[in-house]
Amino acid sequence: MSLSCILRRLAATALTLAALSQAHALDITGAGATFPYPVYAKWAEAYKAASGNGLNYQSIGSGGGIKQIKAKTVDFGATDKPLTKEELDRDNLVQWPMVIGGVVPVINLEGIRAGQLRLSGTVLADIYLGKIKKWNDPAIVELNKGLMLPNQDILVVARSDGSGTTFIFTNYLTKVSSEWKSRVGSDTAVKWPIGINGKGNEGVASYVRQQAGSIGYVEYAYALQNKMTHVQMKNREGQFVAPDEKSFSAAAANGNWKPEAGFYEILTEEPGKASWPITGATFILMQKVQDKPESAKVALNFFDWAYKNGGKVALTLDYIPMPESVVRLVEGEWKRALKDKAGKPVF
Amino acid sequence: MGTVIIPFSGHKSAMNPSHFPNEPHALARRSPRQRLYQFGDVLFENLTRGFAFLVLGTIVAILVSLVVTSLPSIKAFGFGFLLSDDWDPVREQFGALVPIYGTLVSSFIAMLIALPISFGIAIFLTEMSPAWLKRPLGTAIELLAAIPSIIYGMWGLFVFTPVFSKTVEPLLIATLGQIPGVGALFHGPPMGIGMLTAGMILAIMIIPFISSVMRDVFELVPAVLKESAYGLGATTWEVIWKVVLPYTRTGVVGGVMLGLGRALGETMAVTFVIGNAQRLSVSLLAPGNSIASSLANEFAEAVGDLYTSSLIELGLILFLITTVVLAIAKLMLLRLGRLEGTRS
Repeated sequence: MSLSCILRRLAATALTLAALSQAHALDITGAGATFPYPVYAKWAEAYKAASGNGLNYQSIGSGGGIKQIKAKTVDFGATDKPLTKEELDRDNLVQWPMVIGGVVPVINLEGIRAGQLRLSGTVLADIYLGKIKKWNDPAIVELNKGLMLPNQDILVVARSDGSGTTFIFTNYLTKVSSEWKSRVGSDTAVKWPIGINGKGNEGVASYVRQQAGSIGYVEYAYALQNKMTHVQMKNREGQFVAPDEKSFSAAAANGNWKPEAGFYEILTEEPGKASWPITGATFILMQKVQDKPESAKVALNFFDWAYKNGGKVALTLDYIPMPESVVRLVEGEWKRALKDKAGKPVF
Repeated sequence: MGTVIIPFSGHKSAMNPSHFPNEPHALARRSPRQRLYQFGDVLFENLTRGFAFLVLGTIVAILVSLVVTSLPSIKAFGFGFLLSDDWDPVREQFGALVPIYGTLVSSFIAMLIALPISFGIAIFLTEMSPAWLKRPLGTAIELLAAIPSIIYGMWGLFVFTPVFSKTVEPLLIATLGQIPGVGALFHGPPMGIGMLTAGMILAIMIIPFISSVMRDVFELVPAVLKESAYGLGATTWEVIWKVVLPYTRTGVVGGVMLGLGRALGETMAVTFVIGNAQRLSVSLLAPGNSIASSLANEFAEAVGDLYTSSLIELGLILFLITTVVLAIAKLMLLRLGRLEGTRS
């Protein structure tokens, strides 16, 4: 047998092998938000073990995720800030919530322990607007009778990088303060009226830890794992609630999820006595018309698996799984909206 | 790079009088082995030229893509972009004044601190240090240059900032802050985060660059020159100021520019300690922002054409600032050279 003949045979075997393995396992790709990255990565690992299909998720930021799914370079995009109905229709995208997280105000005040200080939305907004400057301001004292508050300046800390956490936090402030709405507004990065800005949760947390009399906001998971001094917030029903699994789930269950509006819902200031007022979901984006229905099907199977089996993993990482009622709505929407080129449903 | 190539080709043509490889009779007269060598020469020359032009091409390509992608923001804000201190992603109003100011001021503070210290280090290492200490000290400085900038940033935030806010800053506020006029620079709460801290961290980062270049060029000064100056009764200071420094001027300015270039473009270390506030403040203790750290902070999550193109325009401005700084340095050297020429 000549050398070239052997080479040809080898190449042919390699090709068949590659084709075979491709038929068995399909790797799907996603890109976007950094906030849910830890939970997506864990899910991907567990799903690979269960099904053989891998997921390659790049946490390049929500903006990048939106751009990539518009350009169809990935199977799905992920964003912390949901797109509106008009934006979804313009680019022919479907959107649904995947997992829930909360944002928690944290403080550094001598003598005040976690969960002791109570704040309301308007007071929090006034602090971030620079209108309440001292910790013993009558507005704060009014909410905290019996707590000794020092005559100390408040140092306001915010995120400097664009982030879903900032979006949820500022969205909450626009809902509770008309002045915040008109002066600052809500986005992944805003023009902060006062204070200093740290990069990432760890930047905000280290500023808060170092500076006496400071207040900041971080993701719930981060506050919990680093044992930061969180506050209680007054919710829409006038109840003071602590940030935990229960209060986040309550907010998610009370959300007004509408499939026809692309599940556009930010879980801030939700009704319900137990709802934590600064909650938010993170979202998945996919093309409505799928060029590659096989990989779309694998992706949807992954999300379905994650809804059904991923709850525990999410909770260990301090994310809150979607309530079952919402999952049913989402999967109904998949069947209705996601089609291949011939118009056949993918899921 | 061009300066390297020109003398090389001159050298080659001097060695080889007929340097027209395409001339037929010249080729015919050569043996195959000679022809092979000649081919190698031509290949080598073109290859090196290609490498050199690759750099030029890359720079032009970067410039073009920066200009093209920042066109929406240039069209929307025009020249006012440079003068506006408004940076509001919600209302899509962007201006570059705060980051430009922060970049220039933090780099200026860094140079103010790093220059004399680096000069001192280089003098000590070349003129005064005992021989056994030269090697370990020199290596330590070079190692300092190899530390990744994020380490400086984290060290700055977790170690330097708390100490700085409890010791140096209260002292500055109590002393310099009380002088009318200058005092405005040292006002406000001692947070340990802000323009001054960023400048200090930058200074630590660029000292190894400037001082190792200075040391290397100081060592190039012929011993004969120095010894004759000493022989005439000059002090160490006079030898350094009047013999070593004039002899090594180009190299010293080059080292300083290298440091300044790094300070202007430094990202991670600055982001950690500058406070990232899009506000203009007179006080150096107040938080500010720099171009590179604005980009690092906001680019990943920026949505919308105007927002991203404004960020890219910031990048373009940084590119231009660095170019202008380098050009000024070259001009300064040229003028110094000419003055020298008229004097001697």
